[in-house]
Amino acid sequence: MKTAAASLFVQITSNFTRSLGAAIGFILVSFWLLMAVIGPFISPYDANAFVSYDVFGPMSAEFPLGSDYLGRDILSRILHGTPYTIGVALIATVSACVAGVVSGLIAAANSGWVDATISRTQDALISIPSKMFALIMVASFGSSVPLLIATAAIAYMPGSFRIARSLAVNVMTLDFIQVARLRGESTPYIIFREVLPNMFRPVLTDFGLRFVFIVLLLSSMSFLGLGIQPPEADWGSLVRENILALGEGAPAVIAPAVAIATLTIGVNLLIDSLGVKPDQDKGH
Amino acid sequence: MENLVDVKGLKVAVRPKKGVEIPIVKSVDFSLKKGEVLALIGESGSGKTTIALSLMGYARQGCHIVGGSIRVGEHDILSMSSGKLLKVRGRTISYIAQSAAAAFNPARTIMDQVIESALIHKTSSRHQAEKKAVKLFHELALPDPEHIGERYPHQVSGGQLQRLMAAMALITDPDLVILDEPTTALDVTTQIEVLNAFKKVVRERNTTAIYVSHDLAVVAQMADRIIVLKDGEVQENSTTQEILIAPKHEYTASLLKAMRHDRPSRDWNTEKRLGEKKDTPLLEVKHLEVEFVKGIPVLHDIDLKIERGQTIGVIGESGSGKTTFARSIVGLNSRSKGDIFLDGEPLSDTLDGRTKEQLRRIQYVFQNADTALNPKLTIGAILARPLAFYHGMKGQQVEERVAELLSLVQLPVSISDRRPTELSGGQKQRINLARALAAEPDVILCDEVTSALDTVVGAAILELMSDLRKTLNLSYLFISHDIRTVQSICDEVVVLYSGAKVEQAAGASFSLAGGERLPRHPYTDLLINSVPEMRQGWLETAHQSCSSLPIIDATPADESLCRFLSRCSKRINGTCNQTEPSKLSMANGQHILCHLEYADISGANENVVNHASAKPALESYQ
Amino acid sequence: MNSTIARLIVNRLGIGVLTLFIVSIVVFTITSLLPGDAAQEMLGQSATPETLAALRAEFGLDQPVYIRYIDWLGGLLSGDPGTSLVNGMPIMELIGGRLPASLKLAAAATLVSVPVALFIGIFSAMYRGSAFDRYSNMFAVFSVSVPEFLIATIAVLIFAVNLGWLSALSHISEDASFSEMVRAYAMPVLTLCCVLVAQMARMTRAAVIDQLSSPYVEMAMLKGASSIRIVLLHALPNAIGPIANAVALSLSYLLGGVIIVESIFNYPGIATLMLNSVTTRDMPLVQACAMLFCFGYLILVLFADICEIVSNPRLRK
Repeated sequence: MKTAAASLFVQITSNFTRSLGAAIGFILVSFWLLMAVIGPFISPYDANAFVSYDVFGPMSAEFPLGSDYLGRDILSRILHGTPYTIGVALIATVSACVAGVVSGLIAAANSGWVDATISRTQDALISIPSKMFALIMVASFGSSVPLLIATAAIAYMPGSFRIARSLAVNVMTLDFIQVARLRGESTPYIIFREVLPNMFRPVLTDFGLRFVFIVLLLSSMSFLGLGIQPPEADWGSLVRENILALGEGAPAVIAPAVAIATLTIGVNLLIDSLGVKPDQDKGH
Repeated sequence: MENLVDVKGLKVAVRPKKGVEIPIVKSVDFSLKKGEVLALIGESGSGKTTIALSLMGYARQGCHIVGGSIRVGEHDILSMSSGKLLKVRGRTISYIAQSAAAAFNPARTIMDQVIESALIHKTSSRHQAEKKAVKLFHELALPDPEHIGERYPHQVSGGQLQRLMAAMALITDPDLVILDEPTTALDVTTQIEVLNAFKKVVRERNTTAIYVSHDLAVVAQMADRIIVLKDGEVQENSTTQEILIAPKHEYTASLLKAMRHDRPSRDWNTEKRLGEKKDTPLLEVKHLEVEFVKGIPVLHDIDLKIERGQTIGVIGESGSGKTTFARSIVGLNSRSKGDIFLDGEPLSDTLDGRTKEQLRRIQYVFQNADTALNPKLTIGAILARPLAFYHGMKGQQVEERVAELLSLVQLPVSISDRRPTELSGGQKQRINLARALAAEPDVILCDEVTSALDTVVGAAILELMSDLRKTLNLSYLFISHDIRTVQSICDEVVVLYSGAKVEQAAGASFSLAGGERLPRHPYTDLLINSVPEMRQGWLETAHQSCSSLPIIDATPADESLCRFLSRCSKRINGTCNQTEPSKLSMANGQHILCHLEYADISGANENVVNHASAKPALESYQ
Repeated sequence: MNSTIARLIVNRLGIGVLTLFIVSIVVFTITSLLPGDAAQEMLGQSATPETLAALRAEFGLDQPVYIRYIDWLGGLLSGDPGTSLVNGMPIMELIGGRLPASLKLAAAATLVSVPVALFIGIFSAMYRGSAFDRYSNMFAVFSVSVPEFLIATIAVLIFAVNLGWLSALSHISEDASFSEMVRAYAMPVLTLCCVLVAQMARMTRAAVIDQLSSPYVEMAMLKGASSIRIVLLHALPNAIGPIANAVALSLSYLLGGVIIVESIFNYPGIATLMLNSVTTRDMPLVQACAMLFCFGYLILVLFADICEIVSNPRLRK
């Protein structure tokens, strides 16, 4: 596994010489991942402090990205929002993919009723559009960070399941799996040593795509006022709060929107450079 | 006579996005007279298909024609614009692809596709083109020529599709036809029919053709002249006669030798090794029957014994059940009836029911080494696993044994750090074999282990296997569709037809070059006669032996009747379509499943020791 | 149509019904899990145990969960999904009033996006690696990467604020003229189309490229067929299944997309109704809207699968 990751890294970095897109993607993603960790500590102001007399102020040396509808510093608010947007999405993505891959492997390894039950349930889950699912969850349980994580994880698990299962089923038909079975190997050995290493790369690509979907879902929920609740704010909330600035074209609404776009486009560019695309996911 | 085709200094290269150009065809020159058939022969990677496609000004994805000149008739192909090339393709030069099944568009009718080039190039009206197509279907001996064009490609057989593709190529009366391995994907008994059809139309229409193939014996039937290619270079360019009888180039000679499959020296002959014969055979299969769908058996009542040190071959065409047979023995397919014994001990129907020791003693080598080795593991790890799993070896001990195994299959020890994707096909198949050897098995089941490999490489693998058998006293069950492969290394050969064992006889008796000719099951006869021989004129004589079928009454649908009935040239009305065939056993150990009196098959009957009475031939001999 | 195709379609319909049943269980379970209940919610602080019990009995909340589920499912099937907790109106009426508006929006988006997407997808497949292909790919990456609200915001910024061509809200009166209609629908439709076109074009391109690299297309090239002929007669007949699939799956995105778009443009459709019911925790309405959306999704997926089955030449007689 370690060598697979290493070779992947080599491929990504070697792609830079060939593709500008890959380089841009790598830089954007690295930058935002770094900000997710150190963002709140390097922000010039407190995120909730009213520091400017100017509402929807323009970009200036004092307030690099202007000020918001209450005169708070937008740059600081974006930096404080980074862990919400990226961290929450990342935890949700990891949960979705782990649950999806594990159930996919279980389904692939057990033909018959186990596979049928898991597959049917996942198929039913996938036919609830993700935004719809999020609305039902929020309506039933109210909005909180743990709920948002659980919602996004459940909504995007079936897609991950589908891809993992179909990858595993494909690998399982290969002769080296038969060789292992003929040798008398146990199912766990076959799954972990023979099947899993051959799924690594497409699963990683799928992870990236799923992360983008989840960032978009959570931002949209915040934009609707049903996501992260005040006083905390992620980038989607920032766009919502400052939507009135649209009329003036002030940076208060543009900057957080640009932040979301650079993150998701960065991840997409990076995925494209890997050159492996899993099947189109049903239900964006 | 003037040359139709002149190729001078042709160079083709692969241009990767990054890095240097890799030449795959290096300055090739040849020419072709009108009415001549030229063969391009070589192994995979020799550039034969690339050269043939260049004649149409076409290079596959990633390839580029980088130099030289090609003249076909009045066309200077390489200087033509892409628009002009469209007018040449399908009109002046046409192409017959290797896999007709893939080259026909599944969504359109056969007729639409056959006459398409005539419509594109406006050589005739749709009506005229259809009439001409039907005429070609007649000439190519296709069944129901009036209506076969209305069908879709998936509704006709592979051999028929291949002939339909010939009709497609000839519809515009092109100056030059390129045939790219047109019979490689077919069974031998189908191949002979397709070759005959091709030969007939080529001769009757005085077609100029380029025949691309890896098989010298097939080419010998079709070509006037042969060009031998290796690594994109011409090795030899002579008449077919000269190549077959007095090859000038060393590589041609080695190709000829590998294709002839000279039987390895007989110092490991059967009698000597079977001296240590025990009472119980090593592996015994009794009355094996396998069904995938309830009530429709794909294998019928098959018996087989493998003694220690013995090699048994199983041959049959695609769909005969040979792979199913091997998979049932190892427990990958479950059986509906019958028993399998290892050293007298019954073997369970499923993998779970077998002990580790039983699994260890029977090893299986898969056909396709590409998919049989996990691409994510190193060669060392692949070989180490059975050592740890079966023999509990560790650390240093494993390393030493891996090195031993690698030297056993004649590979350098340094290869153990590499991954399967970095190895050649032949090297991968050796690793595949080494992994089976790591278990220290008694018997190895080999499923078409050489059919994915080039002839020379495959011959080397066979040589290695017979060496190993001598040193390790192994038994093999060798599955193949190719009689030439099987007869060269097997003590006994079993012939399967449509799931039934129709014959079992000594391997040597299947030798194609005369030798001890035995009486045969009619199917075995057809099989042997269908394998092209490495001499000119074979096709003409072989075709005569495949005479027309005797007329019989309507056959009742009965699983127990002879399965070869519909194709048998020796069938007897009132017997073969009424009663079950019987098992004959001869003094020489030969078994035949047939109604015919031994005398009818061979013209001599003194060898018959046991024969279930033929009238009525109901009781079968056990 | 032959029996194999019929059998496959019936089988697919069966799976669809089963899936819808499981979805109903999931939706009902989630919406009924909350500790408080609707009666408590409605009466708030003023609730006495007696009034609470009376209200519970009225809504059937004192019944065991499975009885409530069966009642609810029966209601849905018989076309009576209950009444709104907030304003006491029959849900059927609420939805009936909003649904046509949403369907109009979806239909407009479909009519615009499908031809555009097919054109882009097929052309970028035919001229792979060309400038057109590269730019359309860049557009696609951008469109699927950014949230819809951002696209809508940019559209408002450009067309309503800077250029002043269109109104940021889509009010349409009954007697609106055609140009007024176009102006009102332009921005919501444009926003929806961005993502729709990007997804559909990408999938169409992949489906056509898949066909263009097949041996029978190579064969057609070697017969001298022009690239137009190859695409129209050889690639497209085989790509119809995958393309229909791509179209149906992309359209299912509409179900999520309208939620944002209706909300931004304050469009009086089914999605704004659902959003309001979420904020007011009007559970019967939430349940009904959710089932309606899931039903729509399943219909589209079913349509995609049936297209794939019917267009498979190997299943022909």
